[in-house]
Amino acid sequence: MLDIQNLSKTFNPGTVNKKKALSSLSLHLDEGDFVTIVGSNGAGKSTLFNAIAGSFYADEGSISLAGKDITFMPEHERSRRIGRLFQDPLRGTAPSMTIEENLALAYLRAAHGNPFSRISKKDKEFFAEQLKQLDMGLEDRMKNPVGLLSGGQRQALTLLMATMVPPQLLLLDEHTAALDPATAEKVLDLTRRVVAESHITCLMVTHNMHQALELGNRTLMMADGRIVLDVAGSERAGMGVDDLIARFKAGAGHELDNDRILLSE
Amino acid sequence: MLIITQTALELGFLYALVAMALFLSYRILDIADLTTDGCFVLGAAVSVTVTAAGHPVLAIFAAMLAGACAGFVTAFLQTKLGVPSILAGIVTNTGLYTVNLMAMGWKSNQSLLGGKTVFTMLRETGIGGEWYELLLAAFVTILAGLLLVLFLGTRMGLSIRATGDNPDMVRASSLNPSFTITVGLCLANMLTALSGAIVGQYQKTVDINSGTGIVVIGLACLIIGETLLGRRSVKKGVIAAILGSIVYRFIYAIVFYTKIVPVECLKLLTAIIVALAIAAPSIQKWATFQKRKMAARNKEGV
Repeated sequence: MLDIQNLSKTFNPGTVNKKKALSSLSLHLDEGDFVTIVGSNGAGKSTLFNAIAGSFYADEGSISLAGKDITFMPEHERSRRIGRLFQDPLRGTAPSMTIEENLALAYLRAAHGNPFSRISKKDKEFFAEQLKQLDMGLEDRMKNPVGLLSGGQRQALTLLMATMVPPQLLLLDEHTAALDPATAEKVLDLTRRVVAESHITCLMVTHNMHQALELGNRTLMMADGRIVLDVAGSERAGMGVDDLIARFKAGAGHELDNDRILLSE
Repeated sequence: MLIITQTALELGFLYALVAMALFLSYRILDIADLTTDGCFVLGAAVSVTVTAAGHPVLAIFAAMLAGACAGFVTAFLQTKLGVPSILAGIVTNTGLYTVNLMAMGWKSNQSLLGGKTVFTMLRETGIGGEWYELLLAAFVTILAGLLLVLFLGTRMGLSIRATGDNPDMVRASSLNPSFTITVGLCLANMLTALSGAIVGQYQKTVDINSGTGIVVIGLACLIIGETLLGRRSVKKGVIAAILGSIVYRFIYAIVFYTKIVPVECLKLLTAIIVALAIAAPSIQKWATFQKRKMAARNKEGV
């Protein structure tokens, strides 16, 4: 499904601020994999996501998705295949446009219909039906600007927008970290359901170790631009948070230093 | 009095197209497009030259095409070559000065002497009677406004609106923001050139300097309209552009005939109005902060 070969990225090369964010990273995901990623501060988790989504091009290595080489494909073209959510719930929606208009934009990824067509009645019904699944009453507020919604509602809407046309790959970059616990739980439930229903291959960064082990079928740990731990199957099923931290130290050669991980629960 | 009203309405409708263009570039795309001044003259110059050759209707479309090209150059500079958006407009605007001279046959002004224009063509049909000029001006502007509102409701239009709102999201919707900015700026400058084209035929003359300050006047019109109508939907924004432009021309007419302030001062006045209107949020913030500081000081005193 997703195949990453020897991916490297260095920021500010040739200066004192040189930072090797990804160093010869290889990763293979099977179709339907739901992989959680944890790692220390600056381990390269977001850099990996940016490289996959095409926010920048990698210095070396290749990325292919569903058999197609996307290494040099521009970001907006990759977004046809890749859905993405950020930690900042405001990043995925246009605040001054209505819920309906936001959904219509996301629906563009389906690629059918010409650019001069307007939102049809059928589209509206479809959007309302989709919004109902969020169970937030948004289907009755489709003419409201998105700027009026709460962060949790906006993140749920963004999730819907990213998955309404099921992407080949879904990237979740701590997408519940900025929400209050109750809303975070709700958005997480939604994520679980949507990913399972549409069998979406999914990569999720989290700083919550319980979440990392509980969600999905495989867990990666990153440090210094490399994957230092990769567990799945029965090995993962028997693991607790302490095992994970111990294994991280063995793999990375130093203690886990992500303050957010250490401070959560 | 009637003539003053009529002229103010006519000019209001004709220049409303510039306010509409700025609504698209400044409000929706969030780009201060300084191509406007030169583009207005470009529209007028192309229109008058082609009209002089005997094709007044073709002249309008030629002018719009020329305007779209000017918009494309500005968009290309900023999206592909990394020129900051304001500078991109200024660069294009400067280049347009020469292009405009060229379009007028290397003269600094050109006149139509009794030739056929879209206005005389309408007068000959007898439609509109005495008000034919107003009728045509209102028709063109309202039609353009209607088409703009319709366009902004399409998928393409939605992505242009999202570009000014949240470019990340446009990228995530599989569209290239460079592309939507280009389409938006081409359209905006097409509207500006359309305004110039019709004004050129209306006044039967074009001068190389007739566009000076048009961008600020257009912004003033837009701000006046938005103050009267509020800033919410696309439909309201377009109506605000038209209404604001008419109100501005009435103010202009009043100043012109009553001489409350010398007419020469009007551009300075317009500039001050625009500066104040755009500065309003900052001034408000400053005032609130001063009040809060004063309150704290008074409390200490007690």
